[in-house]
Amino acid sequence: MAVSVKVAELVEQFKLHVIVGNQGLQRNIKVADLYRPGLEMAGYFAYYPEERIQILGKTEMTFFEQLTETERLDRMNKLCAEETPCICITRGLEIPEELKKVASERNIPVLGSSVSTTTLASRITNFLENKLAPTTTVHGVLVDVYGVGVLITGGSGIGKSESALELVKRGHRLIADDAVEIRQTADNKLYGNAPDLIKHLLEIRGVGIINVMTLFGAGAVRNFKQITLVMRLETWGQDKQYDRLGLDEETIKIIDTEIPLMTIPVRPGRNLAVIIEVAAMNFRLKRMGYNAALQFTNRLTETIGEDMDDIE
Amino acid sequence: MTEQQVTVKLHAGLHARPAALFVQEANKFSSDVFIEKDDKKINAKSIMGVMSLAISSGTSITISANGADEEQAVSALLEIVGKEDIE
Repeated sequence: MAVSVKVAELVEQFKLHVIVGNQGLQRNIKVADLYRPGLEMAGYFAYYPEERIQILGKTEMTFFEQLTETERLDRMNKLCAEETPCICITRGLEIPEELKKVASERNIPVLGSSVSTTTLASRITNFLENKLAPTTTVHGVLVDVYGVGVLITGGSGIGKSESALELVKRGHRLIADDAVEIRQTADNKLYGNAPDLIKHLLEIRGVGIINVMTLFGAGAVRNFKQITLVMRLETWGQDKQYDRLGLDEETIKIIDTEIPLMTIPVRPGRNLAVIIEVAAMNFRLKRMGYNAALQFTNRLTETIGEDMDDIE
Repeated sequence: MTEQQVTVKLHAGLHARPAALFVQEANKFSSDVFIEKDDKKINAKSIMGVMSLAISSGTSITISANGADEEQAVSALLEIVGKEDIE
């Protein structure tokens, strides 16, 4: 996926000072990794990762000052590569004339910051990892049920929003209705949020659009939540097999992450909100180490075993 | 799968009422219908989803459908966004 962040966004986020290269603010940052070109300052450019943001700190700059004028110009020429999105100089250090000259010729922004190198590097990495995370939009409803992020999916009109409404009434929290934006973090966790425009809103057929936050209060909504369980609602099929025991765990792949999936058949008279609530609780219990289905089958095995012994 | 790119002509774009009409039309078909703007692909049968795209007049979008009546679905939806005004 070709996601990218503009240098201008970085400047705005970290209040960086644009020293030269204003025309280059629309350049794209495509990778979240940063680089401190230490060996490159010494002239070794064999493995120079030019597509990363380059950060120059005190170490690099003091070394640079010791170089001859021709060396300095050569290093800066190589540092300002075609793919380099921008160059950051930390601790409010003086920008060398050679860098200003080359960077402005090539429209590569040189950004100044007053914070220390490691602090800036970690902040930028966090920001970029978030921004560059792979994302997708899913048709469904995301609710926080007893702290479990449940993504309810299913065809149009099956009752996703109605279930969400009932869950909210029962004290659970709504994150997104109808369209859920999902991003995958570096450690393969999925986080969902609502598109800004429809945040806190719920559409109920026959009633229209309601604002859950103004109706039920701030406790009824959340801005984002990690998705740990997917519940797919589908119309009850006469000849379809549904899980009766809860021994097997199905999964579904969202972006590159597999997460547990439960298929819940819908039929008039089934109280979906209660089923979702119980499923979420049972899921929590399983994660805490208690599996009712497994416990029961073990007991069954024992009992059947005893009977067999008696017969013998 | 039928897919077509189109420029929205509706004066107000896909504002609330046009979006409601659009989604109602999409729901008449059994195919899975999608609407796409700037890499964001949304189920066209979901009103909140369609409105979250905030499609203005003059925006280029892609309508796609997958299923038994995909062609009819795409052409019906193209007609809605191709009009300047909804009656």
